[in-house]
Amino acid sequence: MPQALKIDWPRNDYSRVPFRLYHDPSVYALEMERVFRGPVWNYLALEAELPNPGDYRTTWIGDSPVVVTRAQDGTIHAFVNRCAHRGAQIVRRTHGNAAELVCIYHRWCYNLQGELIGIPFRRGLKGEGGMPADFDLKTAGPRHLTVANFHGVLFGTFSADTEPLEQYLGEFGTGMIERFMHKPVRVLGYSRQMVNGNWKLYAENLRDTYHASLLHEFFVTYGVDRATQRGGVKMDARHRHNMNHAYAATDTQEEARAAYAGQAGVALDRMRLRDASLLKYVPEFADGMNLAAPTIFPNMLLIQINNTLATRQIRPKAVDSFEIFQTVFGYVDDDEEMTRHRLLLANLVGPAGFVSMEDGEAIEIIQKATRPETTASAVFEMGGRGPLTDLAHRVTETPIRGFWSYWSELMGVEPEGAIR
Amino acid sequence: MSAPGVPREVRDAIADLLAEYALRLDEDRLEEWIDLFDADCSYKVVTRENVEQGLPNILIWCANKDMIRDRVDSYRNVNEYNLHWDRHVIGAPRIRAGDSGAWQVEASYSLFQTDLEGVSRLFSVGRYQASVLVTDGLARLRELVAVADTGSIPTLLATPV
Repeated sequence: MPQALKIDWPRNDYSRVPFRLYHDPSVYALEMERVFRGPVWNYLALEAELPNPGDYRTTWIGDSPVVVTRAQDGTIHAFVNRCAHRGAQIVRRTHGNAAELVCIYHRWCYNLQGELIGIPFRRGLKGEGGMPADFDLKTAGPRHLTVANFHGVLFGTFSADTEPLEQYLGEFGTGMIERFMHKPVRVLGYSRQMVNGNWKLYAENLRDTYHASLLHEFFVTYGVDRATQRGGVKMDARHRHNMNHAYAATDTQEEARAAYAGQAGVALDRMRLRDASLLKYVPEFADGMNLAAPTIFPNMLLIQINNTLATRQIRPKAVDSFEIFQTVFGYVDDDEEMTRHRLLLANLVGPAGFVSMEDGEAIEIIQKATRPETTASAVFEMGGRGPLTDLAHRVTETPIRGFWSYWSELMGVEPEGAIR
Repeated sequence: MSAPGVPREVRDAIADLLAEYALRLDEDRLEEWIDLFDADCSYKVVTRENVEQGLPNILIWCANKDMIRDRVDSYRNVNEYNLHWDRHVIGAPRIRAGDSGAWQVEASYSLFQTDLEGVSRLFSVGRYQASVLVTDGLARLRELVAVADTGSIPTLLATPV
C-alpha cells in the first residue's frame, strides 16, 4: 500500500502546482489506485471496435492491462488481462476473435465474460496431483470492471462507489458524446505516441486553451482556430471534465491580426498552403462548432478539428512516460469522398499532426527541466485565481485548476480551505 | 544478381535515388528531398498495425507534390518539434516491374534520431513501398509509402521518414 501523501500546496486554488507531483513515484503509485482504480469512469474503447460475439481488444486503465470483450450473448465485459494463476497476460494480441481465452503458460482457460472456467490437470492424473478439491474457480478469476455503454462509447470502473455514468459525465459530457456519436461510427485506424513525461502534463495540456493557438502556430497561421473566434471553455459541476470549443468563421482576419500583433513567434498571413484541402470544413454538426475537444476525467479526449474525429486515451506507463492512443473514426454512412477527406484531415492530428505534434515536445521539455525541483511550482493564473468558473473566452488556464481540484479530492490531498 | 527483367541501369538509378533520399533528409536538405519526387506524386506514412487490420488511417499523407511542399514549409516556419539530427539506413531494394512503366521498389529502413547533445535512439524502423519512374538513367518517386513497424511514435513525428 502506498504511504499517506503530504503535499505542501502553496495556495488553496491550485494556481500553484508543485513540480514534484510530476516526478514522485509514490504520487504515481497512489494515482493508479485512487484515480484510475478509484470512483471514476475510464474510457475503454468504442463499441464499434467489437462488432461481433467473440471479439476482444486490449486496452489500459492507468497502468493496468485490461481486455474488453463481446460475449456470445452480445454483452460487453472488461477485466484485468492477467491470469489468475501466475499473473501472465491472458491475451497477447491487441485484438482478435475467440471462443475462449487461454493463458499460454499452463493453459488456464477463461470465457469471454472473464470467468475462469478450466484448469488443466485440475483433478490430477490417475488420482495423483491436481488442485485441492476446495479450489474455487468462481472466486479465483481476474478482477472485473463494471462496464457502461453510452451511445457506443465504452467506459469501465474498478470501484463499487462510482456514481452512475450519466451523472458522472454531467450534462455537457453526455451532450458531447451524443453529438460525436449521433450515428454509427466506423473506425479508420489508430495512432500511438510515446511521450517521456508524466501523464498529468497531458491531462493539463488537454485543458489548456491558452496554449492552443500559441504553441500550435499552424492553427493561427492558416486560420484553423484562433483565440479571436467565438468560443470558450465549459466544465462539469465538479470541474473534472472540460471542453474547449470554437465556432467556425466567427472572427475576421483584421481582428486576428490585431490580437496577435507583436506576439513573438506568431505570425498571420506569412504564408498560405498551396493545397488548402486540409483546411476545408464540410459542415456536419448542427451547432456550428468546427473545433470541439471535450475531455473526460481521467483518461479520455474526444476531438473534432473540422472533419477529423477521434478519441484519445491517456495510458500512463511510468511516472515519466505515457502513451497517447488515438482512434480516428468517421461514420458508417460516409461516402468514399468523405472518408478520403477525413483521412486527409488526419494530417492535422496525431503524432505527426500539424496542430498536435508540438504537445509531445512541450511535455518532454517540462519533464526534463523540472526533474530536480523539490519545492518550486508551476504557475496557473491565466484567466484569474480563486473560484472555478466557465468562460466565454479561451485565454484561460482555469480548467487546469479544475483538474487539480478533483485530482486532489480523489487523492485525499486537498489543501486546507480548498476550492472545488 | 538482378531480378529477371530489371536492367542494370534501372537498378543503379534506383540505388542512387535511395541514397540521395537518405542523404538529403539526413543533411536537412528537405527542399531538395522534394525534388526526388515526380511532378505527379504522393507521400504517405502509415503504421503496420493499421495496415495489417486493413485500416486506412495515416500519420502523414501528402496526396500531391504541393502537399509535400506545404509539409516542409510548415516544418521550416510554423511547427515546433524536438531538435534532432536524422540518420537513415536503407537496405537493398527489391525491384519488380510495375504497371504504367513504373518500377515497384521495396526496401527496409531504419531511422535513428540524435539530439543536440549527441544522444541517439532508434526512432523508426519499417519498409518503403515505392513506385519509381526511371528515364534516361534518372529515377523519380511517383509514390512513396513508408510502412512503419514502429507504430509507437517516440515523442512526435515531424521530419520525413
